[in-house]
Amino acid sequence: MSDGKARSTDTGFDAFSFLARFAPLIFLLLLMLVFAIMEPRFLSSINLFNVMRQVSITGLLAIGMTFVILTAGIDLSIGSLLAFAGLVAAAVAKGGMQDRFTVGDETIGYGWQLAALAAIAVGLLGGLLQGVAITRLKVPAFVVTLGGMSVFRGAALLFAAGGPISGFQPDYTWWGQGRIFSVPVPVIIFLVLAVIAHVVLRYTRYGRQVYAVGGNPEAARLAGVNVNSVIASVYIIMGFFAGLGAFVLSARLNSAEAVAGTGYELTVIASVVIGGTSLFGGSGSIFGTVIGTLLIGVLLNGLVLMNVNSYVQQIIIGVIIVLAVAFDTFAKSRRKRA
Amino acid sequence: MVETGQTPPLLRMRGISKSFPGVRALDSVDFEVSAAEIHAFLGENGAGKSTLLKILSGAQPPDEGSIEFDGRSVRFVSPQEAQAAGIVTIYQEFTLAPDMTVAENVFIGREPGGRVFISYRDLEEQTAALCRRIGLERSPRALVRDLSVAEQQMVEIARALSMKSRLIVMDEPTSALSRAEVENLFAIIRNLKRDGIATIFVTHRLEEVFEICDSYTVLRDGRHVGRGKVAETDMDGIIRLMVGRDVGLLAAREESFNTGEPALEARNVSRRRKSTDSSAIELHDVSFRVNRGEILGLAGLVGAGRTETARALFGADIFDSGVIAVGGREIRVRSPRDAIASGIGLVPEDRKQQALFLALAIRTNLSIAAQDRISSMGVFISAAKEDALVEEYRRRLNIRMASPDQIVGNLSGGNQQKVVLARWLALRPQVLIVDEPTRGIDVGAKFEVHNLLVEMARSGIAIIVISSELPEVMALSDRIITMREGRITGEIMGRDATQEKLMRLMTLGQPQAA
Repeated sequence: MSDGKARSTDTGFDAFSFLARFAPLIFLLLLMLVFAIMEPRFLSSINLFNVMRQVSITGLLAIGMTFVILTAGIDLSIGSLLAFAGLVAAAVAKGGMQDRFTVGDETIGYGWQLAALAAIAVGLLGGLLQGVAITRLKVPAFVVTLGGMSVFRGAALLFAAGGPISGFQPDYTWWGQGRIFSVPVPVIIFLVLAVIAHVVLRYTRYGRQVYAVGGNPEAARLAGVNVNSVIASVYIIMGFFAGLGAFVLSARLNSAEAVAGTGYELTVIASVVIGGTSLFGGSGSIFGTVIGTLLIGVLLNGLVLMNVNSYVQQIIIGVIIVLAVAFDTFAKSRRKRA
Repeated sequence: MVETGQTPPLLRMRGISKSFPGVRALDSVDFEVSAAEIHAFLGENGAGKSTLLKILSGAQPPDEGSIEFDGRSVRFVSPQEAQAAGIVTIYQEFTLAPDMTVAENVFIGREPGGRVFISYRDLEEQTAALCRRIGLERSPRALVRDLSVAEQQMVEIARALSMKSRLIVMDEPTSALSRAEVENLFAIIRNLKRDGIATIFVTHRLEEVFEICDSYTVLRDGRHVGRGKVAETDMDGIIRLMVGRDVGLLAAREESFNTGEPALEARNVSRRRKSTDSSAIELHDVSFRVNRGEILGLAGLVGAGRTETARALFGADIFDSGVIAVGGREIRVRSPRDAIASGIGLVPEDRKQQALFLALAIRTNLSIAAQDRISSMGVFISAAKEDALVEEYRRRLNIRMASPDQIVGNLSGGNQQKVVLARWLALRPQVLIVDEPTRGIDVGAKFEVHNLLVEMARSGIAIIVISSELPEVMALSDRIITMREGRITGEIMGRDATQEKLMRLMTLGQPQAA
């Protein structure tokens, strides 16, 4: 009970906690330095924008995942939901399923606006269903979204009937392939939404409640926070990002297919965790998630430039996620003792 | 000095120092315990008790100093080593596996039998013998989950005995026990003493020191400030050592701020046991009223239904029937949000589990219930308004903190409790229910919390105080109602109350007058 040591962090500078806080950023810069030395092409602006564009989709998903993980939740269904939402968007853009392979102006579609809305609507609905299952049926998020992973993938396969839907109007593909002042559009979308999400989490009542629910759900309930609404809301937010990510991905690839986004959940959860958000809830930030996302992107890009086998890349990502959580746990126990 | 000269003490810690970044937790502390002695180890929160006990139990190494146990110089690097030497620590949070049996828990890691298989017959026979020795009337095969807190504590003691311990450290063993259970624990400790086993007894209830302990050691701010025989001192003497000043503790209140206007009324609130939760306590037709500016004490032994009443009024638990009215108007309370909207606040009994976000900043902890007061445009949090709010309550409640962004988990227990109180004050409630407001906080902070509650009553808030410490209830309350087994059993004015009268109402349980 009595803790003479408890006041340690009031006074004095703790080098370790400073390091722990900025570890992802420091690691990112080190990694970039190493790659720059080993492979000069790495630092070219073309390559750096390339990295950014590659991570922008998983980055969007990682923003949503940060909300989820802050409440000590998890969402494994995002890759499947993204595939399903992407197919729906593509079908809307093509005006149905008949013209799935036709390319060109003769296609009668509904325009990118409706397509994007459809993708986001599918994402929101998927998130809502899972959020309700978690809060009303009291099924753990892990189980609900593991189920969702299978349900949405099945729905995507059923919807696509086995084949991709490709060939959109230029104003559709601009969202994935276009540039504004040489900055890829997906990168801009990612960064704008990251800023908005940062503001929501840091400076709004809702953001506070997300941290509170993740930090101690019972205390949040007894302080008058509507815990179930907050929990359901983060899955809906996750769904929004899955839908948006689906639209941008289909625009970039000029195609939507049922196997899109396979394995994204791992990359996305890794980005969030590497960025310092605790899987136990209540601590983390969008800034960290952006850094974590870039870190994974830089790592993969550097490995590609150095001709490392893509299967090896998977192994490396897997190891890194475990190390990141181990580091988090270590830093916590250290903070507790110090 | 307790040194008698003839026999060396069982335990002698000398010049123990320990520093953590930014703080010197222990500064050359000496600590001695004789064989078969019951030794009170006292100090406010933050005095360094836990750190010293961790060093003693091998959980942490000291920076400096030496430890002698049973005449030999020792240096434990793990709890296992300390246990092997005969020092066992029983923490407040038990280290039992709830889904294993009593016997398995007692001998966990040291099961009798061969290299591979456990001999369940030996295991259960040995456990049964230990249980008889300490009076635990439970089968060795009972699941720990089904035991009461007091019984689980006895399992911990049985485990300590099974390790042939010579010194048992008990960290606040009585804080979760009812009076009868405390008596029973004390009987066990006296028996251990007869068998030559020494006990280090950490408690915040000073009266217990005089009831059971032979000698005492007091720490303050990481330094050893006094030790001696309990028989040669008194309560004031020990409090003076602990706080380093005279404290007019628990002086009965002179003025009353009871306005006579009803603030909260409960009528026939009842709650039946659900089949899913067989351990839940029932409430039977609980009816009472508390006025604006009045402090109402709710007294009862553990399990009497005090906390359950508070949680029902606050909407934390659903009750089956009955009516609650605030300011004369009936309200529907289905959740804490409903209660808060009606002006009811609750400071729950378990600060860390039920009130605080330990890893989050003070500002978040303080303002979470009163976000309306610090928001701009209904959506955003205004940093300026929030800073002003935190500063207002830091000053009013004398919260000792470095900045609003400091993590709440790093504050002392007393300051944490003030943050929780500030959270509710910021909401400007009409009724505030405080459940064990001073549990686990030091004497100085306790005094401040008491003054604060009185100040709140003065400002017109109706306050319901639940406390296991009768002197606290008596000192604070205008009026006290007693409960037993989910029923109200009596009512007494604060100025007429004595511990004996209250204890009679709490234990005999005369039915409530209609």
